Amino acid sequence: MSKNNSNALAALATAMSSGDVETVDLTHTLDADFPVIVLPPEFGQCAPFRAEVVSRYDERGPGWYWQNISMCEHTGTHFDAPIHWISGKDLPNASVDAIPAGAFVRPVCVIDCSQECAQDEDFLLTPDFIQAWEKEHGQVPAGHWVLMRSDWSRRSGAAYLNMREDGAHSPGPSSDAVKFLVEERDIVGFGTETVGTDAGQAAHFSPPYPAHHLFHGAGKYGLQCLSNLDQLPPTGAILICPPLKIKNGSGSPLRVLALVDRSAA
Amino acid sequence: MARKKFKRAGYAGVVVAAPVSVPYERFSPEPAHWWLARALSELGKRTGLSPEDIDGLCVSSFTLFPDTAAGITQHFGLTPRWLDHVPTGGASGVITLRRAARAVQSGDANIVACIAGDTNHVDSFRAMLTTFSRFSQDASYPYGSGGPNGSFSLMTSHHMKSCGTQREDFGKICVAQRVNALQYPDALMKSPLTLEQYMDARLIADPIVLFDCVMPCAGAEAYVVMREDDAQANNLPYANILSTIERHNAFPDDPVQIRGGWALDKDEFWSMAGVKPDQVDLLQTYDDYPVISVMQMEDLGFCEKGAASEFIQANTLTYDGTFPHNTSGGQLSVGQAGAAGGFLGLVEAIRQLTGEAGENAVPDARIAAVSGFGIINFDRGLCSGAALLERGKND
Amino acid sequence: MTEPLPRPPKKDPQKRTMTPTSPPHARSRKGIVFSTFAAEGRLALQTCAACKHVIYPAREICPKCWSMDLQWQDIPDGGELIAETTLRTSVNTYFRERMPWRIGTVKLDAGPMVLAHIHGDVGEYERVKMIARTDKSGQGVLLALPEKETANMADDKQLRSLTCDPKHRRILVTDGRTELGQCTVDALVAAGASKIFVGIAEEWRPYPGSAELAKIPGVEIMPLDVTDTISVNELAGEIGGKTDILVNTAEHVRPGAAMQRHGILTARDEMETNYFGLMRLIQAFGPGMRGRGADGDNSACAWVNLLSVYALSNWPVYGTTTASQAAAYSLSQCLRGEFAGSGVKVVNVLFGPLEESWRQPLPPPKVTPKRLADTIVDALRQGIENVTLGPVAEDIVRRFKDDPFVLERELTQAQQGQAV
Repeated sequence: MSKNNSNALAALATAMSSGDVETVDLTHTLDADFPVIVLPPEFGQCAPFRAEVVSRYDERGPGWYWQNISMCEHTGTHFDAPIHWISGKDLPNASVDAIPAGAFVRPVCVIDCSQECAQDEDFLLTPDFIQAWEKEHGQVPAGHWVLMRSDWSRRSGAAYLNMREDGAHSPGPSSDAVKFLVEERDIVGFGTETVGTDAGQAAHFSPPYPAHHLFHGAGKYGLQCLSNLDQLPPTGAILICPPLKIKNGSGSPLRVLALVDRSAA
Repeated sequence: MARKKFKRAGYAGVVVAAPVSVPYERFSPEPAHWWLARALSELGKRTGLSPEDIDGLCVSSFTLFPDTAAGITQHFGLTPRWLDHVPTGGASGVITLRRAARAVQSGDANIVACIAGDTNHVDSFRAMLTTFSRFSQDASYPYGSGGPNGSFSLMTSHHMKSCGTQREDFGKICVAQRVNALQYPDALMKSPLTLEQYMDARLIADPIVLFDCVMPCAGAEAYVVMREDDAQANNLPYANILSTIERHNAFPDDPVQIRGGWALDKDEFWSMAGVKPDQVDLLQTYDDYPVISVMQMEDLGFCEKGAASEFIQANTLTYDGTFPHNTSGGQLSVGQAGAAGGFLGLVEAIRQLTGEAGENAVPDARIAAVSGFGIINFDRGLCSGAALLERGKND
Repeated sequence: MTEPLPRPPKKDPQKRTMTPTSPPHARSRKGIVFSTFAAEGRLALQTCAACKHVIYPAREICPKCWSMDLQWQDIPDGGELIAETTLRTSVNTYFRERMPWRIGTVKLDAGPMVLAHIHGDVGEYERVKMIARTDKSGQGVLLALPEKETANMADDKQLRSLTCDPKHRRILVTDGRTELGQCTVDALVAAGASKIFVGIAEEWRPYPGSAELAKIPGVEIMPLDVTDTISVNELAGEIGGKTDILVNTAEHVRPGAAMQRHGILTARDEMETNYFGLMRLIQAFGPGMRGRGADGDNSACAWVNLLSVYALSNWPVYGTTTASQAAAYSLSQCLRGEFAGSGVKVVNVLFGPLEESWRQPLPPPKVTPKRLADTIVDALRQGIENVTLGPVAEDIVRRFKDDPFVLERELTQAQQGQAV
């Protein structure tokens, strides 16, 4: 342990008190109305969030208020562990309880595709787009989280899942982009503002659902239903995203935060 | 089933005495037991009889629950060797008379006290209606809950249509009874009634109006049945029993009740007594509604069915008229004290025949006819009875 | 002449709401059998099996021949009005509040004399058509209608007290996403409902018919998810005081028996909608409806449950779904008990397989959503509480009444997909 480390935290504490470092909340409120992913009806479905009041200062409990909650591991803003996908099921430390805690506090790169997604609901993040971003902001470092900013979190209601007769239409990474981020950049995890790390039409890609298949197959993690990515700088922020420590869990809803340095001019 | 003809026994040697009416009250906090007790207590005072002397008891009451006549024996300190509880409502006077008379005649009992009484709390009438009978509960009360008002208004309009009775005929009966009641100090109705008031009265259930309906109240009535020689030995004024009839569920297939059991047995009624209708000095009918009084007049033979209107208009029905009817005012003017209403006419008849009537005394009353009718099960009255009484050899 | 019922005025917010009172409720056990038939809209009396005498009021023995073998049978509905009266006062509060009230004596063509309520359009001493229906106490009563239908007949005060007519009423249809829900909305609009609240869950998911539904005059689309307590309570907070009729069209149906399933989640979804959904609706909407049973011409009057006939006896082909329907059926019976005396009727419609995607592979005869919707409206108009719709349901109910344990064996021993 060197003196430098404790100074770094002390400096962080000072910066947080002064407001130089801001804590940004990247999480949607967990409530019953938030859309969940819809699979074909013959398959098991992701349960929506439900809260049943146990007591509320009433005959069921005069001085207190609490609720029993229920949801799927993938309801609302949530974390995907490698064990969530068939391609990652045999990897070591693949469930949320086994992932080393260090993965949950890491620097983050935010790639802004919001203009493109506004024009094209099915916009795909490609290796070319990433490399163009890298020209401006530097290469994506290994061990970082990468978040795809689409401003999709501003949509609500039917426009969020954007389902039509041929399925959902929402942006995501192309198969090649996923391979690139895994093989060329060795990121720790990938996050989106939509309901999945994959694009709405990803069932038709090769392989199907490449973000899930290839990221989890490589032991990488996912984050979904993020918001407020427009408040993050392209680089430099620290992402905090610890899921619940569920035994053999495939993921969990969680609070996703980012520490952002606002002191630079 | 084939049967040899058998001559019914008469009532020679058996008499009725000691007419007791406990003044009615509109509402009473006391239970039925209290009212029956008052009647029995009065009986004792009038007759000089004590609990040991009474070896037969006949009780009629609607509000005596949870007791019946059995519980009353211990309560009132009686040890009778003959006991009956008669649940026939407005026919209870005549029917208790028939039961007690045979007991005395056969020697099963020497002196039978017949008592009827009911209390009336604010909710008593409504409570009684809801638990009156199974058929009422299932098939009558659910239809407007007018109580007997509904059923009797149907009977009244049917009688008017089939027999030509008019509202003026019912009105005349009510008016005459009110005249009688004004001479009877214990009547609850104290103001005179004119035919005009009757004809303009408030409708209760078309065509029945306010003055066609009795006022439920608390009260009690009583009398005794004994052998003639016992009555004479004790200097008790009495009346002899000339004949009686009784019938239940008569004419069940009549669509609407237009006649009662009396029509079936009236020949026997008169022949057993050896008396004709025109020899009767006063008639007490059970008057829960005027139409029933009319039915009794017809069915007992005082007039033909369908000729009641003429009969009523041709007579004056007051205690001093050509055809004295309900001489103390009947239930319509005195009040209906539950089961005691079934005794009212009988006790008044005994009073008239034993010289105990007051201002409303019928001059030279020698023969009285008493008729009873009761238990509106669903759409008709089931129980009926009648008795002919004669003034006894009182000194 | 019955005057057409005018549209009820807006409720005066300063006036106290009338508390529901009840016609006499007590009946003998045989009287309750009469009521049970009346709840189905049937005019049934005891007939002596030995001498054929038709008997009324219901009793224990034939008064003609003393046979104890008395059979309940549907009887011809003709009769003649022999005597009548108009009551002007009553000892019963319910009737006292509704004077004048016409009753009469009717000689039935079948034989007995009966006391009955008399419709205002029946003329003096006319021939009548009798119906048996449950009144606001939940017990069966007789009413004499004119022999031929008259103008505005359904609006007669005394007849309307026996029915749950949708006319001028405000109705909640809990799930409008399905064809059944939308057909129900259409049928209720045609029946003269003044307002239909249509519950839609998960508004973020598109569904067919949504555009047409929004265009129907009188329809207001409301967010409602019966699996979400907060959603149900919020809607009740908003419209609970003006829900006169509730039609629960929400259902979750999946084929499969218990061992066929992998895990309990599908069965839980079935219970969550079919049983707990009903439970949530009852808790949120029940008390308000119960209190408004006498609240004017558009009082609360009916709660409609749509149940598979296999709620009576499990059908393993849809084993877990029909188990959840059995739970819902039992709860609907509880609801009937809780609504007793309030003037709100629980209407249970039992039907065989619906012509709908989750029952698609089942053979005919199936019930179409439109037929079910029309049946709901008919039941409300007539005031009928227990409806059995379609040949499959009629067959199952008949077997159930005959011997429920024999039916159980028949259903649990049938091969997959085979009609019973």
